[in-house]
Amino acid sequence: MAMTKIVVDPITRIEGHLRIEAQTENGRITNAWASSTQFRGIEIIMQGRDPRDAWAFTQRICGVCTVVHAVASCRAVEDALGIVIPPNANLIRNMVHGMQFIQDHVIHFYHLHALDWVDVVSALKANPADTSRIAKSISPWPNNSETHFAQVQEKVKKFVASGQLGIFTNGYWGHPAYKLPPEVNLLAVAHYLEALDWQRDVIRLHTIFGGKNPHPNFLVGGMACAINLDNASTINAVRLDEIQGMINRAQQFVEQVYYPDLIAIAGYYKEWGSIGGGVPNYMSVGEFPDADVRDTSKLYFPRGIIMNKDLSKVLPYDHKKVKEYITSSWYEYNDGDRAGLHPWEGETKPKFVGAKPPFEFLQDREKYTWMKAPRYDGHPMQVGPLARMLVAFASGHPDVKPMVLDLLAKLKVGPEVLFSTLGRTAARGIETVLLARRMNVWFDQFIARIKSGDTSTFNGAKWEPSTWPDSADGYGYLDAPRGALGHWVQIRDGKIARYQCVVPSTWNCSPRDGEGQMGPYEASLVDNHPLAKPDQPLEILRTIHSFDPCMACGVHVLDATGAPIVDVQIQ
Amino acid sequence: MYSPSSFPWTEAESLSQHLTERGVSRRDFLEYCGGLAAVLGLPAADAKRIASALDIQKRPSVVWIQLQECTGCVESVIRTADPTIGNLVLDLISLDYSHTLMAAAGHQAESALQSAMKDNFGKYVLVVTGSTPLSDDGIYLTIGGRTAKTILEEAAKGAAAVIAVGACAHWGSVQAARPNPTGAVGVSAIIKDKPVVNIAGCPPISDVVTATIVHFLTFGRLPATDSDGRPLFAYGQRIHDQCPRRAHFDAGQFVEKFDDAAARQGYCLYEVGCKGPATFSPCPIIQWNEGTSWPIGAGHPCIGCTERNFWDTMTPFYDRLPDVGGFGVERTADIIGAALAVGATAGVGAHAIATGIHQSRRKNLPVVDTAPATPSPTVSPGPDPRRGKE
Repeated sequence: MAMTKIVVDPITRIEGHLRIEAQTENGRITNAWASSTQFRGIEIIMQGRDPRDAWAFTQRICGVCTVVHAVASCRAVEDALGIVIPPNANLIRNMVHGMQFIQDHVIHFYHLHALDWVDVVSALKANPADTSRIAKSISPWPNNSETHFAQVQEKVKKFVASGQLGIFTNGYWGHPAYKLPPEVNLLAVAHYLEALDWQRDVIRLHTIFGGKNPHPNFLVGGMACAINLDNASTINAVRLDEIQGMINRAQQFVEQVYYPDLIAIAGYYKEWGSIGGGVPNYMSVGEFPDADVRDTSKLYFPRGIIMNKDLSKVLPYDHKKVKEYITSSWYEYNDGDRAGLHPWEGETKPKFVGAKPPFEFLQDREKYTWMKAPRYDGHPMQVGPLARMLVAFASGHPDVKPMVLDLLAKLKVGPEVLFSTLGRTAARGIETVLLARRMNVWFDQFIARIKSGDTSTFNGAKWEPSTWPDSADGYGYLDAPRGALGHWVQIRDGKIARYQCVVPSTWNCSPRDGEGQMGPYEASLVDNHPLAKPDQPLEILRTIHSFDPCMACGVHVLDATGAPIVDVQIQ
Repeated sequence: MYSPSSFPWTEAESLSQHLTERGVSRRDFLEYCGGLAAVLGLPAADAKRIASALDIQKRPSVVWIQLQECTGCVESVIRTADPTIGNLVLDLISLDYSHTLMAAAGHQAESALQSAMKDNFGKYVLVVTGSTPLSDDGIYLTIGGRTAKTILEEAAKGAAAVIAVGACAHWGSVQAARPNPTGAVGVSAIIKDKPVVNIAGCPPISDVVTATIVHFLTFGRLPATDSDGRPLFAYGQRIHDQCPRRAHFDAGQFVEKFDDAAARQGYCLYEVGCKGPATFSPCPIIQWNEGTSWPIGAGHPCIGCTERNFWDTMTPFYDRLPDVGGFGVERTADIIGAALAVGATAGVGAHAIATGIHQSRRKNLPVVDTAPATPSPTVSPGPDPRRGKE
């Protein structure tokens, strides 16, 4: 069979605008290009502004990752100004970020990723009694009755019969790559609907601490929500009760619905444990500080690098080894297209040289995306849940290691399947369970501090610009749901002189570099990757969604003035 | 958002039939309509009109396009408040195109869009999130190889109404902040030949989005708006005038620094930069995430995100607004007495003196009257919708 060129644009069920082009032959993908087709230029916009406002601007990079840029930005400014936030503020940020992970991962699994594995139409053929039996065998979740599943099935039947399929229009129903029996499809559809209600509830933790979701409020120096047990307008016993309830409901759903479903579904798709591995290098900057974020030895998820799938050693992360390349990107550098620049020396001049829209293909030109290509010591890196879990596993993490081994045992597979499309999706579930449990630890610590009389949430010693040095540089790291994130800020005379973010999806969606090395999306699509029907990109969606793309995050632009950047204090 | 709820309905089944079948009584349904009327700021009598409009037989088509954005507005609507009412409202429509939720991708997705626009030409509701970059021939956003402007213009052509959701679709938002590198603009800068309603906010409260759609389906027209295209039922009132902390402003009780003694008493955030006095938004009334709280309620000043150009006009966010006119309830008696004593008219004199007192406490900043970004609409405060439903 001859080579076929295919385009999938838009990739749906992601954040933002992603285009995949590929070449296929005999049911396999032989070449692939990942292209980000949106550019906004937020870092240019931040120049000259008050650094205390930066969190709000960078937060708007992404409304799905609605916590991560704001916190990374606060950390960068706090690093620059030497601000240590109170322990309560750190615990609140951990709980807010933890709930972001939990809610985001569950939404990703059911509403963004599940339809790649779950055939909604097949659920109509299920025997609800069998679905109930399966459900009870894997979970004590209360909604496991035959009646419940029969009701859900009836609703789906009526929906399909209405002829108005809405978001399910033109889905790949009946595609041979769908392997679940009707009963498991019905189980997943029922939980798709339940998860919609659940997520709306638990995310209210953000509203209590930050006033709203999406885009809760943050504050350089701590958090704005004051604690006073004797006032109705502050964090008090009523609010603490609500938070405890949400944490309980989050944990119950994750442990009784999401994780059991994940294992059940994965059991039918074990062959995806050898598909879509791609780039063999993994990076985590670490996340969830016990106390001061500067102490990188006390992070719940550890920092480190794994090269060439070698789990026998975890290498230290050194940010100085990060460089960004633009060989395939619509930018230009002063030193030409082959140069690689460390973020501190970063320059970005957008220069679109693609075909004039409307265009048919991007793959025929050297430059094909708004995404730059970050490389670590010259290597492309995968970031995200799998990178975090591999680094933690290889570090002997007391919570992660047994969870990973238990999952492998349940699926009756070896650790090699972790390096795959299935591995990325499974790792996301593992860390969600661990964080749902960890929320209780942070909450208990928070209560204990309040009980001991510590209600401080804000360090205002360096709030006024008059207390700042003329020149200050800072770095804020954070491991977000989608992976390693860094914000770099340069403050001059009380204003932002330069601001830069290197973001998870920039790592994962990066294009080819000057050495011709593909980025993780691209490399995964050509790693033992099937595509049964070139006109139906179902398998491509599986692998791309396993990364949980967030395109608005990934594309950013730096200061184009090329102002020199002074050394930044880095942990 | 508009995923099928647990209770999808069939062809030729009206909403009330559908609800009856799932155990919702006619009376409950009418109460629900009453709640919607309250959210929309309508007299209770209009609940019956809403009820009859909802007795339709086919879910109207909604096409949702996502342009230059962060997806926060879609996320917000996914959180749409009360689960039961949320599901009912979602079941009103057939969401025929939505990047975030649709099963199909690539050609199948684009074909779903084309079919929806063709089959429902002149009837579908177009929801837009995100701005449209116009610089450099629009190359800063393409979908399926086509520019955002092309996609927006095509989608607007057959739309019965256009609802611009969020600050990006409203006026461009963060990417349109100085210096607006991509030339980002809102929907109404491009679509001039049909009604465009702007659901302001970064992001907006989900209930306002759903209520606007219901308003259109019920009354066959978009809700009345202010001069910036924002529905009066949501954006007709200033945050400052509805703020539960207003009494502290009037009493001169201000948070001077975050987490100070005043912050722990829930006092007014004006001194730490609150933009509530210059912002029209339903935040204090509807609140966020099922009425859980709202920014000021959680101790952070309002950043004015429902106002056009707020990234430039409301920043630095922690600088306090130039003096806000008016005077406090507790100061009124003294001030008016003083004003009368010097022979001025009570209103003008009181204002001047109040401003002067205010000014003397505030370190020589220029005095200006509150200047809302848009003219204050003359509508009376409606009932609290949360109470209306109970």
